[in-house]
Amino acid sequence: MDAVTTQPQLKGASIISAIKEAGIEYVLSVPDLHTSRGLLMPIAADPDLKLIRVCKEDECLGIAAGLSYGNKRALILIQHTGFFYAQNAIRGVAVEQKLPICFMVGLLNAEPGKSPRDSKRIGLRNVEPVLDLWSIPHDTVDTDADVAKIAPAYREAYETSHPMAFLVTRRPVHP
Amino acid sequence: MMNRMECLKVLAGLVTDEIVVATYSTGTDWLALTPDRKLNYFAFGAMGLASSHGLGLALGQPNKRVIVLDGDGSLLMNLGTLVTIGAVAPKNFVHFVGHNGTYEANGGHPIPNKAVDFAGIARSAGIAKTHRISDLADFSARAPGLIKEEGPVFVELLIEQGPLGARDYSDMYSAKRRVEFRKELAG
Repeated sequence: MDAVTTQPQLKGASIISAIKEAGIEYVLSVPDLHTSRGLLMPIAADPDLKLIRVCKEDECLGIAAGLSYGNKRALILIQHTGFFYAQNAIRGVAVEQKLPICFMVGLLNAEPGKSPRDSKRIGLRNVEPVLDLWSIPHDTVDTDADVAKIAPAYREAYETSHPMAFLVTRRPVHP
Repeated sequence: MMNRMECLKVLAGLVTDEIVVATYSTGTDWLALTPDRKLNYFAFGAMGLASSHGLGLALGQPNKRVIVLDGDGSLLMNLGTLVTIGAVAPKNFVHFVGHNGTYEANGGHPIPNKAVDFAGIARSAGIAKTHRISDLADFSARAPGLIKEEGPVFVELLIEQGPLGARDYSDMYSAKRRVEFRKELAG
């Protein structure tokens, strides 16, 4: 009898539940192929989340900062390339002002199950070191087993006012 | 052409409980005019994001009007913001941009094209209510209506370069001011 093996999965629906559990109301996003179908599309169709599509990633920092003064929680959903683009805004708004800016960064072309630090791609390999440079706490979401980490971390970021980032390594599947 | 400080004096005489988001040269002049105003929010950390901060504030405080005092050099660093604002269309949002054709806060160098029509860009980006004003008497007459008009509203103010006011970024961008702003919002 052949052994049945099941591939680990990361379901977009699980992430969306965690986002809501964290009290997130707004999602600010530039589309990312890695999270497009599994996450952004269902978010766009979800009546409980308000999606703001922006033109460039640094806009998200200003919008999330302004929302935070109204006690509104936002998630910035972007690709790692956009994360690199927005570094000055991340420094000046999230880090220097110690604001609760929550990121979910899609790592396009990441190898599932493998630490981004060990990627052969220089861009992926350097996401975590850059977050470390800014002292931004971060964690990875690779399978459904990791999703439980999301809500507590985002809630804590808002309660103690600091940025927080999750890196999505495995491509989420459509709910 | 108008003088920036004269334009800001007009607005300073009109604002009551609005949130005013200001940045760079406009910010320092606004601070000089309204040093004790608790509902001032000085956008800093990354040039160009004043209107993005303002958009977030407008969404987070739907019962308050938000007035953004932006500069042309700043707006050019984040032109996409006009498309985003046009799409989100916050009704409580008014965006003033002082157009003097220079990066005044960065040494007075010219912007890449001084002839740019910001009101035209805003209109093309989806902001229906756009204005372009170059005369102080005209601005003084229209300003009371502009800050009350249902948003989003975009107002390009054609101003001359300088004079550059005293700069005290340490006060303007202090954590103390942000804490006071937050307290004031909380009532």
